[in-house]
Amino acid sequence: MKEISSAIQIIPLDSYIMLSVALFSIGLMGVLFRRNIIAVLMCLELMFNSANLLLTAFSSYHSDPAGQVFVFFIMIVAAAEVAVGLSIVVMMKRNVESVDINLLNRLKW
Amino acid sequence: MTFLFYMLSAIMIISALLVVFSTNPINSVIYLIICFIAMAGHYILLNAQFLAVVHIIVYTGAIMVLFLFVIMLLNLNKAIIPQKSQLTRISAVVTGGLFFLVVLAATRQTFEIHPRYPFTGDIGLVKEVGKALFHEFLLPFEMSSVLFISAMVGAVMFGKKDN
Repeated sequence: MKEISSAIQIIPLDSYIMLSVALFSIGLMGVLFRRNIIAVLMCLELMFNSANLLLTAFSSYHSDPAGQVFVFFIMIVAAAEVAVGLSIVVMMKRNVESVDINLLNRLKW
Repeated sequence: MTFLFYMLSAIMIISALLVVFSTNPINSVIYLIICFIAMAGHYILLNAQFLAVVHIIVYTGAIMVLFLFVIMLLNLNKAIIPQKSQLTRISAVVTGGLFFLVVLAATRQTFEIHPRYPFTGDIGLVKEVGKALFHEFLLPFEMSSVLFISAMVGAVMFGKKDN
């Protein structure tokens, strides 16, 4: 337990920045890559979580719990967002009988 | 400890890539759950024990179950959706890689940490986070209940069949 709580004194902050940037770009790649709207929502969750990880890392390295409260609020917003997003998916499946995002392209014009 | 960090990071990156590249949505959800559990391990390494538990409960316990529920309710695991064109997929991968390189180059060794408080291992415990939450952030905490109400009303409105 003592070893784990002092782990951040060994691991540099740059490693955490690199990890969360990698996760964010994987999520961005997934949003552009997939056509299934549920997969796009999952990739959005990945991007949310990379931001959460970076906030927690900065909060821990500064020894300030305010950043962790921010992560808590981001989790609340993510839960609300997923509920609304999945109900939009259900509505889309009911109306156009598909979950293909290429069918929802009327906002392009 | 460094070994643990690299192990968890490798699990996270590989399962995140599998989320993007697996064709079946159910497999994507399972890989995302693995990614989130590894992230909870990262939270424990970062002394954010409360966040680790909340992350497991909220993400893998509620959000991912909601995803699985919707996928199984709509029977999406059999719905074959054609993938995007080859050009779009290649350019998506190139965009992601370029974004990674640019942000990494911009943030490399720019942050010098000057901690406001001396290092302690217990800033992530329920006691410390709860003190910050209910002293400085009490109003946003109460406002988040309004957000939940509006999200719930919106979800019910979307889910209703329109006559």
